[in-house]
Amino acid sequence: MAQAMTEKNRIRIMSFSLIFGFFLVWEVLCILLNVSDLVLPRPTEILVTLWTKFPVLWPHILQTLYSTLVGFALGVVIGVTLGVIVGTSKVAYAVAYPLLVGFSSIPKVAVVPIFVLWFGSGTTPAILTAMVICVFPIVVNIATGLAATEPDLEDVLKTLGASKSEILWNVGLPRTMPYFFAALKVAITLSFVGSVLSETVASNRGIGNVMMTASSNFQVSLVFAGLIILALLGIALYAVFSMLERRVTGWATRGNDISLT
Amino acid sequence: MNIASDIAPTNNLTAMTSVVRSRNAIELQQASVVFGSGEMAVTALAPTDLKLPDGDFLALVGPSGCGKSTILRLVSSLIKPSSGVVLVGGREASAKQLRIGMAFQNPTMLPWLTIEQNVMMPLKIVQPFKARFRAEKNGEFRDRVHDLLGQVGLKDFAGHFPWQLSGGMLQRSNLCRALVHEPDLLLLDEPFGALDQFTREELWQTLQELYLDRKPTVLLVTHDLREAGYLANRICVMSARPGRIISDEVVNIPQPRDIGMIYSTEFVEMTQSLREMIAQVRK
Repeated sequence: MAQAMTEKNRIRIMSFSLIFGFFLVWEVLCILLNVSDLVLPRPTEILVTLWTKFPVLWPHILQTLYSTLVGFALGVVIGVTLGVIVGTSKVAYAVAYPLLVGFSSIPKVAVVPIFVLWFGSGTTPAILTAMVICVFPIVVNIATGLAATEPDLEDVLKTLGASKSEILWNVGLPRTMPYFFAALKVAITLSFVGSVLSETVASNRGIGNVMMTASSNFQVSLVFAGLIILALLGIALYAVFSMLERRVTGWATRGNDISLT
Repeated sequence: MNIASDIAPTNNLTAMTSVVRSRNAIELQQASVVFGSGEMAVTALAPTDLKLPDGDFLALVGPSGCGKSTILRLVSSLIKPSSGVVLVGGREASAKQLRIGMAFQNPTMLPWLTIEQNVMMPLKIVQPFKARFRAEKNGEFRDRVHDLLGQVGLKDFAGHFPWQLSGGMLQRSNLCRALVHEPDLLLLDEPFGALDQFTREELWQTLQELYLDRKPTVLLVTHDLREAGYLANRICVMSARPGRIISDEVVNIPQPRDIGMIYSTEFVEMTQSLREMIAQVRK
């Protein structure tokens, strides 16, 4: 056990040094090659910008976080519902799959102008873009998980005279949890992509808009500060779902922390 | 059966019981099962007649792949007969007239639940327990599960997950899950297969006590002739694929039976003759 802890800590330390090393190399290269801060600002400059502009940035961070999370939540609700419908019926699975694959291969950038056309610019298209971009991984994973449920496990409940919904709640959905969380971790990062994308195109608020404005004003270090904020938000939410995943689906990894990293 | 015991005055009890007893818990009328179709068709069970009165204990023995498990799956309505009729409690099997407890050949515990939660599952699904499940799952029901697990020597493993248990332990939990909701009809598919001799004999005795105590109807599928002879009132021998019942005999040994009995001449002769019969049909 003690050994496992030190192993875990070693990986953590290595992980942090990799990140630190990345920024260090960046900094050193910028200084050595005398790169203009209009092209690529140094990490220290970005940090200073981040610190001094933070009061201005804060409402935008909240805005982006808001549209991302609302879009993500809607996407999860819709995705799970569709996934359950498609996954519990073999016919629905076979019939709907081509359509789903078709939808999911549409580049989501392409739908932003449509949403702007329908709903105007602002928060709504950001939420909707975040939603559509994360629905499909969830639908596909839930449907696959349900369709892959071992018939033996369902037989246990069938002999007891369980109804279809009882089988779904007691066998199908718990069985699907590992698939669901795998999808959630992908979906939350995609949601960020969606909302920021929409903000860059059509909004006067949010980190996407800040970066767009900053770049047209040649405030390059502010653009990079936006990137850093997005990366941090992404990591934070990913970590939240990883933690949830370990609690809910520990049975699938037999208590090993495979999902840690 | 429940109604009878509720309303019957004492002097009428025997009469009522005999009426109820005359009913068949299980009745197969020319029931057959064919998997697939055309040239790929496999007959798992040739048209079979079988009657099992309420409260009887029948053991089905026969060579591997002769359709023993198929009969269990028919009775539990996991599959439908390709022809013929399967009646359970006097109705079509799918009507779920009787409370069924089934122990599968593979102890299919749900991997995300602890052993305690797995064994408790029937109480969550089957009436009348279902109605009280929320209130009792941490009270009476949990005690009941712990009692059962204690009887099969798994008291300390209630909080463990299935993957932490050995094959034999899983089979014992499997048996508990089949018994926890006091079924009227107990379907056992080689439930003692992965156990060592001593544990097996202990569980035979446990099962016999439970049977004599509550008198459910039991249909036991097994390869073990001594198991069949020790536990059952009746033994049916099935032929090789496609399966048919070729012999149907009553075991004339009073219950409860002592475990030492399986070494008596009478018992050895009986298992010997069963063994010869199966050796014949395997050819």
